[in-house]
Formats: sequence, C-alpha cells, structure tokens
Amino acid sequence: MFTWLVRRLFQASFVVLAMTLIVFIGVHVIGNPVDILISPEADQAERAKIIAEMGLDQPLWHQYLLFLNGAVHGDLGRSFVFNEPALRLIGQRMPATMELAVSAVLMAVCFGVPLGLYAGFRPNGIVGRVIMSGSILGFSLPTFWVGLMLIMVFAVQLGWLPSTGRGETAMLFGIRWSFLTWDGLRHMFLPALNLSLYNISLVLRLTRAGVREILPSDYIKFAHAKGLSPARVIFVHVLKNIMIPVVTVVGLELGSTIAFAVVTESVFAWPGMGKLIIDSINVLDRPVIVAYLMMIVLIFTTINLVVDVLYTMLDPRVRLENKA
Amino acid sequence: MTAAEETPFRRFVSEFAASKVAVLGLAVFVVIVLAAIFANWIGPQNPYDLAQLDIMDGRLPPGSASGAGYTYWLGTDDQGRDMLSGMLFGLRISLAVGVGSAIFAACVGTTLGLLAAFFGRRVDTVIMRVVDLQLSFPSILVALMILAVLGKGVMNVVLALVIVEWAGYARNVRAIAMVERKREYIEAAMCLALPWRRIMFGHLLPNCLPPLIVIATQQVARAIALEATLSFLGLGVPITEPSLGLLIANGYQYMLSGKYWISFYPGLALLITIVSINLVGDHLRDVMNPRLKR
Amino acid sequence: MVRSQIAALGILCLSPVCAAGQTLTIASSAPVTSMDPHYHTLTPNESAHGHIFDRLVEQDASGHMIPGLAVSWTLRDEKTWEFHLREATFHDGTPFTAEDVAYTLARVPTVKNSPASFQIYTRAVVATEIVDPHTILLKTATPYPLLPQDLLQVFIIPHKLGPEPATEDFNSGKDTIGTGPFRFISYQPGNRIEMERYDGYWGAKPHWAHVSYRMISNDAARTASLLAGDVDIIEFVPPADLAKLLQDPKVRLSEVVSNRSIYLWLDHSHDGTMPEITGPNGETLPTNPLKDLRVRQALSLAINRAAIVERVMEGAAIPTKQYLPPGNSNHVDDLLPDPFQPERAKALLAEAGYPHGFRIVLHGPNDRYVNDAKIVQAVAQMWQRIGVQTTVDTMPWSSYATRAGKQEFAAFLLGWGVASGEGTNPLRAQIATWNPQRGLGTANRGRYSNPAVDTLLDQAMGTMDQQARNQIVLRTMKLAMDDVPVVMLHLQKNIWATRVGLTYAARVDEDTKATGVTETGR
Repeated sequence: MFTWLVRRLFQASFVVLAMTLIVFIGVHVIGNPVDILISPEADQAERAKIIAEMGLDQPLWHQYLLFLNGAVHGDLGRSFVFNEPALRLIGQRMPATMELAVSAVLMAVCFGVPLGLYAGFRPNGIVGRVIMSGSILGFSLPTFWVGLMLIMVFAVQLGWLPSTGRGETAMLFGIRWSFLTWDGLRHMFLPALNLSLYNISLVLRLTRAGVREILPSDYIKFAHAKGLSPARVIFVHVLKNIMIPVVTVVGLELGSTIAFAVVTESVFAWPGMGKLIIDSINVLDRPVIVAYLMMIVLIFTTINLVVDVLYTMLDPRVRLENKA
Repeated sequence: MTAAEETPFRRFVSEFAASKVAVLGLAVFVVIVLAAIFANWIGPQNPYDLAQLDIMDGRLPPGSASGAGYTYWLGTDDQGRDMLSGMLFGLRISLAVGVGSAIFAACVGTTLGLLAAFFGRRVDTVIMRVVDLQLSFPSILVALMILAVLGKGVMNVVLALVIVEWAGYARNVRAIAMVERKREYIEAAMCLALPWRRIMFGHLLPNCLPPLIVIATQQVARAIALEATLSFLGLGVPITEPSLGLLIANGYQYMLSGKYWISFYPGLALLITIVSINLVGDHLRDVMNPRLKR
Repeated sequence: MVRSQIAALGILCLSPVCAAGQTLTIASSAPVTSMDPHYHTLTPNESAHGHIFDRLVEQDASGHMIPGLAVSWTLRDEKTWEFHLREATFHDGTPFTAEDVAYTLARVPTVKNSPASFQIYTRAVVATEIVDPHTILLKTATPYPLLPQDLLQVFIIPHKLGPEPATEDFNSGKDTIGTGPFRFISYQPGNRIEMERYDGYWGAKPHWAHVSYRMISNDAARTASLLAGDVDIIEFVPPADLAKLLQDPKVRLSEVVSNRSIYLWLDHSHDGTMPEITGPNGETLPTNPLKDLRVRQALSLAINRAAIVERVMEGAAIPTKQYLPPGNSNHVDDLLPDPFQPERAKALLAEAGYPHGFRIVLHGPNDRYVNDAKIVQAVAQMWQRIGVQTTVDTMPWSSYATRAGKQEFAAFLLGWGVASGEGTNPLRAQIATWNPQRGLGTANRGRYSNPAVDTLLDQAMGTMDQQARNQIVLRTMKLAMDDVPVVMLHLQKNIWATRVGLTYAARVDEDTKATGVTETGR
C-alpha cells in the first residue's frame, strides 16, 4: 500500500511537470500577454519596461526554468493582471467553486440514485419511462442555455430565487462560505442545480443500468429465496454492487464538475476559480493558468486515489497491487 | 462467431423491433440524417453564402416574407439567415462533429483501455498515466487550448473533442475489462492459448460493449453540447458556418428580449436529435446485453 | 430616447433593497482587477476607483473638464503649470495638501509589475514644486498643452502611505484611502466592492449611505439581475435587450453617445503582395489595393452604416467618420459619415483597376467590443455586394491582439475610446506615423503614414492656446479622415438601465458613479 502510494505521488508530479511545460508552450503560441494588457498609448520604453518586469524578455526555456525554481520554493509566480501571487488568487476563489461543485455532486447523488433505483425496478412503468426520458434531457441541453432558462423562470418570472452572485457569506476556518447563510443557500441553489443536471442524469442512468444488470443475477435471486426483506435486498445487495460504477463516475465527475463550473460561474456571475481561469485565458495570464491547472491536477490526483481506494473496498476482486 | 452469425443477427433485429419507441427513435434519426445530407435541396437559402444574406431581413419572426420572395418559416437570425436553412446546415455540422468525434474517441479509447487491462503491468501503467494526464486537464480547458492554438474549424473541433473524450473511454473500458478478465471464460480462452488479439477483441470487447454503448451515446450528445459550449465561449466552428450549437449560442442573447425563435428552434432540433440517438442507444443496450439475455 | 418613461411611476417599492434604506447596488460589466488606483489603466478599475479617490481635474457627465481636487489651473510660462488646490480631507482625517499631489506623481512610475502603467499620464511632468500647501507647480520638459487632460486619469493618494505602497495593501483596504465621496469597506476580486458614505466629503453629500458594486460580466445575467430586482442599476446594457427594456415599466434607460468609435483598419504596411488579398480568382496581386485611396473609399461607400446601427447595434450607436461625437469641441462638423453608395463604390473599384473586385479576409475579435463579430459579418455581406469577395475570420481577443499588432491582417475591426475626450489623442496614437521612440502611432496597427498629418499634429502639440490648438486639431482630423486611413463605422452609445424610481446621468466617459444615480420619487 505504501509503495503504491509513493509511486502514485511520483507519477502525479510527473503529470504536473508535463502539464506546466505544455501550458508554457501553449500560452506562448497563443499570443503575447503584453499586447492584451498594455495601454496602446504606451511608448517603446514603457513597453520594454513592462515586458522586462513580467520576465517575458527572457527566452522561453529560461522563463520555464525560473518558474520551476520558484515552484520548488512554493512560489508559482504573480498574476500579470492582478499583481498578486497566483496561488493566493486561486485560494481566494477556490472555496466558492468547491462548495458549488460539491453541492452539485451531492445533488446528483441525492436525486440520481433514488430515481435510478425506481426506474430500474419499474423499467416499464410510466413513471420509470418519464424518469428515463427526463434524464435524456438532462444531458442534452447545453449548460449555458439551461442556466439562462433557470434565471428566466425562477428569478425573473417567478422571483423565487436571486438571479446571480454569491449572496451573504459567513466565515468558517477563515474562509467565506455561502452554505452557512440562508441568503447564501438561496443564491447557490440555481447554479448548483444547473451544474448538477448533467450529473443527475449520469448517476440516474448508471444506477438504473446497474439495477437492470444485477436483478437477474443468481445471488439476488438467492437473497430473495433466502427470505431477506426486499428493503434489505435493495439497500445491501443491489446498492452495494451499483455503488462501484456510481462511485467511480461521481469521483471522476467531481473533477470535471469543478472544471465545468467555468460555464455555470460565468452565467450566474458566481465568483469562483472557473471564472478566474476563463478571464485569465482571455488575457493570457500565464501564472494564474499554470497555478490553476496544477491545482486541478492535485484535486484530480487526490480524487483518483480516493476513488481507487473506495473501489477496492467495494469490489474485493480488484486489488491495488494490480493497479499500480 | 462463424456460421452461426446469421441467427443472432436476426434475433437482434427482431428484438430491437420489439420496442416501438426505439424504432420510432431510429426512424426520426434517419429522417434527421437525411435532412442534414440533403440540406442543399431542402433549405431555401445557402446560409454560408454571405451574398445570399441580407441584414435588413435580420431577426424576422417565423412566417415573414423574405426580400427574395420565399418565406422564412422559422424566422431569421440577426444576420438575416433563414433559420430553417441555417438549422439544416447546422445539423450537418453538429452531427458530423458529434458522431465523428465519438467514433474516433471510442476507437482510440477502447483499444488503449483493453490493452491496459489485458496486459497490465508496464503497458497498463503507461496508458493509465497518460489517461490521468489527460483527465487532469478539464475537458473544456483542453478543448479551449487546442482550439486557441489550432484556430477554429470543424476538423479542429473534432480533433479537440477526440483528445478530450478518448481518456474517458479508456478508463471506463479498462475498469470493466479488469473485472471481466478475471472471469472464467477469459481464463478458459487464455488456457486455449488463443492469440491475444482474438481474446481481446473477440471475447473481452463484446462483454465490454453494453456499457460502452451507454457511454458512446452519451458522448455523442456530450460532444454536441460541448461544441455548443465552445461556440458560446467564442471558440467553436467558424461564425459564418454555424452549427446547431452556435445557432443556439447566437440566439441566447435574444432570449430575454422575446425573440425566442433564434435560439428555440435550433435548441429543439438539437434536443430531438439527441433524444432519438439516446432512444436507439438505450434500447440497443438492453438488446445487446448478454447478461440480460440469459 | 427616454421613451421608457411610461407613467408607471406609482409603483410602491417593496423590495428589501428599498427597505434597507439608502443602499445602491450597481452591476458593472467587467471585473475590477485591483483597488490600487495606479496599477492598471483599465476603464472598469477607474470607474470603481472614482468612488473612493478624487483627481485634480474631473469630467462632467458630458465630458467637459471641471475642477476636482484642483480649484483652478493656469499657465505660468510655456513649461510651468500652476494648480490651486481645494480644502479636503482624506478618509482617515488627514488634510489634503500639495504634498499629496507631488507624492502621487512620484509614485505612479514606481508601481511594481503594472501591466499598463499610468506613467503615460504623468510622463510629461519632469519636476514639481510646492509653493504652499494649496499651490503646486508642475513643470514639463517641452511646452505641453494637454497636461490637464492627462491629469484627468490620475487619482490622488495621501503621502502618509510612505515610500512605494504595495498594490496588495490597496486590495486589502489598508492603503485604500482617498478623498472621494465613498469610503472603502471590502473588495472581493471578481465579485464585489462594498463602500459606505464618507461624511467628510468636500463636495455635495452623497445620497447613498452604502454602495455595493458588483461585477457581472455576462450580459444576459446582468440584465436578468436588474429584472429580478437584485441590483438597482446596470451599465453597458446589451443592445439585444434594449427593445425589451424600453417596454418594461419597471426599468428606465439613460444613454449618451460615447467617445468610443468602432472602425476597420486597412493595411498600409505592405506595398507589394499580401497573402490576405488576392485577385478575384485567387491569383496573387502585384500591389496592395488598399494603398489606393479609391479602393479605400469604395470599401467605405459600400457599407450601409444605418443598417448596421439599426440592425446589429439596435440603435445603440450613431454612424461616424471621426473619433469624437457631435458636441465635442474637437468634432469636425463638415466631416459627415460616408453615405451608402454601392454603385459609386463599384465605379471607384473599376477606376482603380479592379472591375471584378478582389478577395480579402476580414478579421474581427469576438469577445471585445459590442457585437464585434456581427458587425464584421454584416460588413462582409455589404462588401460582397460590390464584388469584393470577403471571407470572415473572428477569434478571441487573446490571439487577435497579438496578430493584429504584427500586421498579419489586411482588414480588421478595432475600437478606440478617447478617455480624455480630446482630439489629438486618437491622432497621436492611431494616425501619426508609427514611431515608438517618440510615443507616436503606438496604436497605428495598419501603419498608415501621412507626412502632412504628422506636421500638422506636431504644430498642434506645440500650441498652448486652446482655441488655436482646437482649430489645428480640426484641420488635422479632416485632412486625415478624408484620406480614409481607417473605415470608420460608428460611435457607440453608453447605456445604463435603472429600476424605475431612479435615474442616471449618462456619462460620456463610461464611468458608473453612485453619485450620478438619483431618486426621482416613486
């Protein structure tokens, strides 16, 4: 287990290294941040000064080495746009994104699993069919469009919920959170729902597919024959087996939900790090892009580790040793 | 899988035909594909020819008459593009992008996923590390970066989507195959010393297919939606040759002002397309699942 | 266009915003990147900072210079300006003096890592001399008539902040001390700025006790937040929503023609062949057709500006042939927008030797200016109709800005906002021959060059008398724009929407100021 963990961490750092290199080259190819940021009225001397201050006068390989040197010492550089350490900027925005993504995933499980179970046990009933058709809508509609529809209906037409922004926040562990205040929760509901629609459909379908596969299998028949209560069969035997794909997918989806928050955050003006990264790409704020991606890699690596561990616990047939 | 092939195929057809909804879905999908292919003949206007557009005909409601004499049955967008023609041409691009990228991604991803599960050890490590690398980039971000570097265009969008999606297939296929290869029938095939290609594609792959189909149908839908999102962010297909997604994105800003048709009809077309694909895919899965057939 | 004043003003305000008393919630259209007033020359930053900090010279809503922290200014000699300062106190209670002005001017060039320095507005000043606490002399190296216009951009900070205050300390609020009508409470990047009324303000007491300055960059979301009653005023109303908001009894609009022009650059840098321009059948052309005045005129006459304004901009613009709007002292009255004359355009093309037109790629950004990609498509339609086969290529600003600056494009859309409202600004930055050492033509991306214009411009910059200088500027503008260096399209309107019961004094300079929002009774 320990060697396995060390090996995974080693691999993760390789991933981070490769990714920073790709981003450095990628951003370099896309354009020059100075052209975007600098006032067009600036003269030669001012231009040269700014390029030098940003370190963009150096050859690319040298910039990269400087970055690596800083990274080793915990410094991922300063944002070109905000003149704040990139890590601090992301740290400021991360709680907003995390609470949005986590609530979206929780919402997906809370809605998706029961609906999927129902649709799996009653595949031919009207309700079951409606659920399945609804799930198709869930991942058919583009997120940004659904987001605007939600605002139109619930905020503008009905006036039940606020349209945009994060609302009141409360401090916990020195971080501002929305879920601690009623106003914050109200602000969070629509964006979280918007972000979770896709995941609800995914979880629902996986659950249903799992139920459909497992029901005819021998051990479920046996469990019924043994005289176990239907509830026990569903919640212990069926659910346990369904949880394997669900956990894998929910785990993997948490990462991409964080990334996809980009769209939801820009529709709902939610001040998270997804919005920061889109803005940063637009102005080629390389330190922030790199730091954000490193953060995402870190989150993903952690998620993958947790998923793998859970996977082993849920399915004894798969051993970690085989996965290293 | 030699002489007996015909019988399972017939059984498959009859089983598929048993569901009227699935047959309807298939029929709708075929009509949509035909409409997309013959867009030039059905649509009254070539929406890609800027000389045929007139900005003075912009944002006309459905049923308005055009300067050129025909009727805009579904209205026009802000550039005076006939929505019906625009949708038919857009459908063609969306389908090509969605189906094309899903097929390419599935081929690449499945092969690599099977290789990883089958050979394990080094091969597994290398492939899965690449998958991890891939998955550690948020898909939307990878697509953004690729398109920013390559420039816009249908082929570039397909390429970006393939790069984004293949890893998902690989990871899922490997997870399923890891479980499958422990089962008796694979062990038996190994004992018979069958060639690895045959075991992999002949035995392992068919058993991975049912979940793969679920994933693939979702991926087609997802690819089309992702393409729409990329267009929304300003990096999709070129603005002069809009896909359904770009049409929706263009009309999006008019939603609040009541000019619903610019966004609504392409959205409806997108929805019908995806729903029909999914109906077919769903039923296919039920029919093809060997465990459900037992 | 205040058609929205439908007699529905009798609505009782029941929203919590009203109940809380005098809180004003503003939705701005772009993120404020820093609270350091000297960090980045960016309109959204300046709009927010204007609540907290004051400048020596301010602009009224219609763009005229008015006294700010300086009561008056005069020329002592050709190279020395004398500024008389008013009595004011900073938010921490320290009085404002000449020392703060000298300190501010010295601080501006020292700001670390500034991506777009305010130095361009202070570089003219080579020395300062404090005469008494309320009089200061600013000296320039050469006669420089535009110093007051430059100081329109420079916010004054207190000298007690000490040497080199850090940008972070402005973001945290430690150093965010000004003399403005509102006092800083908090700044959450990308989200909001909270401010409260400063009772010691030297000017009229602000009506609003509290200002919540939100950043909502998505157009539809911004409109929706106003309709949902979450905010009281939004800036940069998207043209697509104008028609709907005009009819909405709960909303009022206010607008003014801005100093921001939208135009197409034509390439003047290539004498010979250019890959983006080819003959009607794709063959290489021996010369660059855009060097021919007749071709440039044809491309301009082919454009139906009225249609673009009405159809693409939904009325949120006016056609133009110059950088500044009517009413501005540097607006040339006899320089009218080019008429829509496609037949004459075709004739001019034939006369220039292109009877069958040519092929050209028209570029535009798709995330920078209002409806930028749509304007480009509309122009392409119109060029197509005079036989110029136009291909449209749009891309995000991040790739666009770099490529446009490298003269890769033949025809491309850009915009220019004249913050000071003064005519030599666009002429020096855009039309003057490219000369980065002298700071001339720095934004001349098409590399237009006209020695006659350069000479006149130098003459204008050496003329200290404002009336005389204006006359030269008008002549220069006319001479330059008649030569069609760029194909001018339109001037944007700045449009604000408020909930009913409020009005906003629409500003030429794009700023959204809480002090400009007044209650009109319910």
